[in-house]
Amino acid sequence: MKKEKLLRYVFLLAASVAILTIFLIFVFMAVKGVPLFFKVPLTGFLFGTDWSPTKGHFGAFPLIVGSFLVTLGAVAIGGPLGIAVAIFLSEIASSRVANFIRPTVELLAGIPSVIYGFFGIMLIVPLVRTFVGGAGFGFISASFVLAIMILPTIAALTEDTLRSVPKAHKWGSLALGATEWQTIKKVTLPSASEGILSAVILGIGRAIGETMAVLMVIGNAPIIPTSLRDPFSTITSVVALDMSYASGEHQEALFALALILFIISMSLVAMLRFVSRQRSTR
Amino acid sequence: MRRIEDKIAIALLWMSSLIVLAFLFVLLGYILIKGLPVLSPRFLFSFPHGVEARGGILPMIAATFYLTILAGFIVSPIAIGGAVYLTQYAKPGRLVRMIRFGADALSSVPSIVFGLFGLALFVSIFGYSMIAGGLTLSLMILPVVMRASEDAILAVPRSFREASFGLGATQWQTIKNVMIPVALPRILTGLILGIGRAFGETAAVFLTAGMAINLPFLPTEPGRTMTVHLYLLATEGISLDIAFGTALLLSIFILSFNFLARYMGRRSVKGGR
Repeated sequence: MKKEKLLRYVFLLAASVAILTIFLIFVFMAVKGVPLFFKVPLTGFLFGTDWSPTKGHFGAFPLIVGSFLVTLGAVAIGGPLGIAVAIFLSEIASSRVANFIRPTVELLAGIPSVIYGFFGIMLIVPLVRTFVGGAGFGFISASFVLAIMILPTIAALTEDTLRSVPKAHKWGSLALGATEWQTIKKVTLPSASEGILSAVILGIGRAIGETMAVLMVIGNAPIIPTSLRDPFSTITSVVALDMSYASGEHQEALFALALILFIISMSLVAMLRFVSRQRSTR
Repeated sequence: MRRIEDKIAIALLWMSSLIVLAFLFVLLGYILIKGLPVLSPRFLFSFPHGVEARGGILPMIAATFYLTILAGFIVSPIAIGGAVYLTQYAKPGRLVRMIRFGADALSSVPSIVFGLFGLALFVSIFGYSMIAGGLTLSLMILPVVMRASEDAILAVPRSFREASFGLGATQWQTIKNVMIPVALPRILTGLILGIGRAFGETAAVFLTAGMAINLPFLPTEPGRTMTVHLYLLATEGISLDIAFGTALLLSIFILSFNFLARYMGRRSVKGGR
């Protein structure tokens, strides 16, 4: 009998590993990163525009702007495309066509980010260089690569929500003489809007945390870009590039950047919870 | 007018889907065409040499499998144990909500943050090593595998559990002899999906398992995985043919994991009915 009770706690411990890890990640990033703020003021770190860690300047603003820029670019391309694919799969395609396309889109989600980065360097960057000019590394290449990467997430979640819209609503609309597209636009999409919002938030989370693919095509220059052709940096790219050699304050600054990234991801998770709770209370 | 708008909208939806399909085929086709000439027994089974890392990638293949399998062994008991707790013991309430929040949150932590965490915790204990990388990766794939295990256990028919209790089995005996064996195919499907993710991970790996080219034997030895090798070759622009070969091999393994998981998933659904 004692063994049965003990096992209960063993299982509880296993179940708690995830939440404990979240706690530990926060503690480690904070302990390793926060000491920087005794030397560099928090506002100077967040809003300073000079990032030259080897000279002791830790203005992370260009990196934060960079992260938000590529995320915005990725969602602007990948969002509509992903939602379009989802509408197609759930409302337009025959089940045979959908059963061919859906797994293919899912495969895109499984391809490692380093392969996207490699593909970006070999094919997309030269294309951008030819047609837009500049070095080819930067906003356009990074947004494009990221858009492909977040598209499967957005498409899969949106399709789930679209499928959960009751058939009777669609039939009612069609029976009233609405066309297929009018039904999608006026009935199906509005009743799935919260689900689509969740899908886009998840896509944002993927894009802002993505490291390897971005690092490989963004050009890596810690500046606020003034044109589409400029190379720049993101939080993730700087952390990944510098961590292997950084020490002292530089290393603390990288942990502080990771802490910011962690806080952004956790805010997005909280936002998702809020959106889905609103949906379920309705 | 309406008819025209309809036609245009539907044509655009078709086009979007075809564009996305085209992405995948261009990506895989490009890597296949450029990588296929490189694949040879020598490439698979020999060591790299020289500063440009020409020759084979045997140590990278070995390190990738070592790390991934290690992560699989570490994550399995935790994920299955957690799923057992959630499905067999827990009552709905604050504790369960917290556990679920933890899993959700963990699955959205960026891989570079995992890398830094692994560096700060596991590398400071073990140094750059297979075990530090394996521990980091196991935490990273924990949410996927735990979720799949939970679904697998929930899919076991209620009557199985009741029959086991009816025969006088204790809860632990029921879990060990009935629930887990019946749920195992679906648990394995989830595990393969998680392992596939670990296999393709880069950022969390080079910060924990290192970049040294080494055929790892002990878990305390460092190693360079295929993903890290590909990254280094691609960004330094050296030995691009080797990079293409590595990318192709990596894609083949990842696709195999995907198909294996899908095949097993389909089989277990049929078996359950």
